[in-house]
Amino acid sequence: MDITLPILILAIPITMFLVLGIGGVKMSHKLAGILGILGMGTTAVLAYIVAFTYFFSGDANFILDGVRQQYQVFDVTWLAFTQTLVVNIGFLLDPISAMMLVVITTISFMVHLYSWGYMEGEPGFQRYYAFLSLFSFSMLGLVVATNIFQMYIFWELVGVSSYLLIGFFYKLPSAVSASKKAFIVTRFADLGFLIGILLLSFYTDTFNFVDMTTNPEGVLASTGGATFMGASVLTWAMVLIFTGGMGKSAMMPLHIWLPDAMEGPTPVSALIHAATMVVAGVYLVARMFPVYCVVDAAMTFICVIGAITAFYAAVVACAQIDIKRILAFSTISQIAFMMVSLGVAYDKPIEGVHYSGLGYMAGMFHLFTHAMFKALLFLGAGALIHAVHSNNYTSMGGLRKYMPITHVTFLIGCLAIAGIWPFAGFFSKDEMLAAMFARHWFWGAWMTMVAGLTAFYMFRMYFLVFWWEENPHYKEHKPHDAPWQMSLPLIFLGAVSIVAGFIPFGELVTWNGEPYHIHIEAPVAATSLVVAVCAIALAAAMYMKKNALPTKVKNMCPALWTAAHRRFYWDEIYMFITHRIIFDIICKGIAWFDRHIIDATMDAFAKITQKTSYAIRGMQSGEIQSYVGWYIAGAVAVAAITWLCLI
Amino acid sequence: MDLSMLWYLVPSVVMFACGIYGFVTRKNLIAILISLELMLNSADLNFVVFNRFLFPGSMDGMVFTLFAIAIAAAETAIAIAIIINIYRSIGNTDVTEINKMKF
Amino acid sequence: MDSVGNIIVYFIVAIAIVFFSFKAVTTGKILRAATYLLFVLLGTAVFYFQLGYQFLGAVQIAVYAGGIMVLFVFAILLTHKPNDASGMIESHRKTIGVVLSGASAVLLLFALFYMPLLHGASLAECIQAGHGITMREIGEAFTGSGRFQYLLPFEAISVLLLACIIGGVTVARKS
Repeated sequence: MDITLPILILAIPITMFLVLGIGGVKMSHKLAGILGILGMGTTAVLAYIVAFTYFFSGDANFILDGVRQQYQVFDVTWLAFTQTLVVNIGFLLDPISAMMLVVITTISFMVHLYSWGYMEGEPGFQRYYAFLSLFSFSMLGLVVATNIFQMYIFWELVGVSSYLLIGFFYKLPSAVSASKKAFIVTRFADLGFLIGILLLSFYTDTFNFVDMTTNPEGVLASTGGATFMGASVLTWAMVLIFTGGMGKSAMMPLHIWLPDAMEGPTPVSALIHAATMVVAGVYLVARMFPVYCVVDAAMTFICVIGAITAFYAAVVACAQIDIKRILAFSTISQIAFMMVSLGVAYDKPIEGVHYSGLGYMAGMFHLFTHAMFKALLFLGAGALIHAVHSNNYTSMGGLRKYMPITHVTFLIGCLAIAGIWPFAGFFSKDEMLAAMFARHWFWGAWMTMVAGLTAFYMFRMYFLVFWWEENPHYKEHKPHDAPWQMSLPLIFLGAVSIVAGFIPFGELVTWNGEPYHIHIEAPVAATSLVVAVCAIALAAAMYMKKNALPTKVKNMCPALWTAAHRRFYWDEIYMFITHRIIFDIICKGIAWFDRHIIDATMDAFAKITQKTSYAIRGMQSGEIQSYVGWYIAGAVAVAAITWLCLI
Repeated sequence: MDLSMLWYLVPSVVMFACGIYGFVTRKNLIAILISLELMLNSADLNFVVFNRFLFPGSMDGMVFTLFAIAIAAAETAIAIAIIINIYRSIGNTDVTEINKMKF
Repeated sequence: MDSVGNIIVYFIVAIAIVFFSFKAVTTGKILRAATYLLFVLLGTAVFYFQLGYQFLGAVQIAVYAGGIMVLFVFAILLTHKPNDASGMIESHRKTIGVVLSGASAVLLLFALFYMPLLHGASLAECIQAGHGITMREIGEAFTGSGRFQYLLPFEAISVLLLACIIGGVTVARKS
């Protein structure tokens, strides 16, 4: 494959970033917006061409004997640490990177278009588009990375873009603190990631993904059975690498930044904090999947973390008022769903399981569909916020008559995430649950429950926003549908959310490139469908018309509701640990030591010098005679001493 | 009774000690300069005496003394120019009033 | 064995030098101090003659006793108004001066008497050993560039003197 297109895919967004970032001040909002949208549109078209070529051209580089290959379009040396340990920069094409190219460019393009309406007239409009381009560049660079170090670099770059965009409204203290929180938490997690990378590459002498994933047994063998604190070194390395993924993908206990990240502009939340950046952790695990498979402990760890997070986030989402936070927790929950799905997959056949790699395929499938419908939901939420100027559903209600386009597309998104046939979420969720049931009934049952909760809280929000009762303020300020720039992405993504489930995903993306024919597992599908419909019915019963039932339910166990509303006090726990323990106890001790021991020593030196100077400065009388006197006295003394020494 | 070099060096030492005394105790700049000349003269005498008594065949000490006299003349000329300038600016030549280089 | 006349001259001159040196730094009048200095310089010139350096003695009288003393006298006249107390010179820190000068004198005299080298040959023998220095020799020493010849320092001194003339004029000139 020619390297022009892949290079352009990376070059256009970064060029846009530089153009808009440096020259944006001189541009009008309109020009900057058109430039950004055109740039991203071109990138999207190129990405489609590349992905299409990869999947359907039948080139022997891409598909050999019916098996899809990993192909490095280019891979050039960038940093050579040692003879063997060399960091490259490259462009890797394989099923998941091609799929991610499509997802990122599509959502990014939609968000660019949507932002033109949503951010209209905001100060710093050009800066906003520049950051969006930077983010797109970083994310594309991340997914096409040929080696883990390149991925790490772009991983940090998306972190920076995320930080910049969350703190876009930098005059709001809440936005500033949210951006700092996001950056610090993910950076903290990335420390683990870096240690994991160093640990892994120390033993394997390579950063390259293809080298590692085609020979996971070799990776295991290269560690030579070294252990640390009872676990093998490879387990440590893989768990630490996963820690980076936990930070970016907001897994417990590092999830605390994502809900606060909703302080950023809503299209940013749709792009970064729902569809693309937060799935980087899932993508990382998928990228290293064969290596994870040789470390059972790490896979179990992923499963457990994912299962706990999915349930936790789903419960918390039921008790939120801010619709963006509901969506944020929903995102956390769905990403955790993908994690569990990856965690139950295995690269070798398992007895009694007809296709052990199903979880991988299903997880990627869900990543794809989730990106589409979650972006749709966020953009819909943006349209709602745009209309009523509030994030809380208490200011909404009965909006279906005023905002028909938003209503219909939002409903599609909710149905898709709830997993109702024939919407996209149904297919991917069904595959994931099938994979979980196949591995162990517990995972399946647990995640089916989470799926039911998902349907419930999504429809709770849906009914509270679009049904319930009309907000009296509508008479003064009548809400209306968003302008075409905003409606168009909603309609497009809504259409995708309807049809995406029918994509023969198993033919395109599997862990080893061999096609897998998707078929619906009837019992699993039926179960999840029934659970989802029941949950929706429950939500409808509680929230469709204004009634006292929700309050009653809430009053049945107020402590639980408050705890869920306060997100089970995770922020408070972090605050307690950082402020009460680290700041108040450890840091105060260190500060005392610094002030009273180190500083005091330095002060003493200064004081001694000063006092001595004051004491002897009288000798500098300015009178030559006294100087000469001292000189002669010194000369006599030196002469006398010398002479005495000589005789 | 022989005139050995010690005979000549003793007056030279006395001259030098007097020069030190004058240099340290005098307040008048010209008087200080006079003391300086005394010390210089004693050094000159030493050169000559050492030349005569230790290396009678050569004349290096004498030449050095000649140079020293020339330099003393130059130095005195400059010093007196400076003293006159100081006198113009502060009205006297008292060294205790010239202490601007104090701490 | 030195002649008695020589020894007598020596004693007279040595006593004069010691006495006038002492007076030059202790007298209360500036013009007297300059005069006593002149006597010291002349005494030194007599020593130079006695040591056999006639040319040096002549230079001492001409340059030092003649030129420099004139400079001193002019400077004194320029910086002291006649008929007033400013002709008096005060002294201070006399104790320090006594201690310092005494200490250096004691140190130097100790050194002198300690060194066995200093007791050797008499003046007459030395003058005998070193043939008389002629003007021709001195002239050649100043204008040659060989061993024990001093053309370069001589030139340097002449440039220094020129610099001093210009510098002295520049510094002392009324602005």
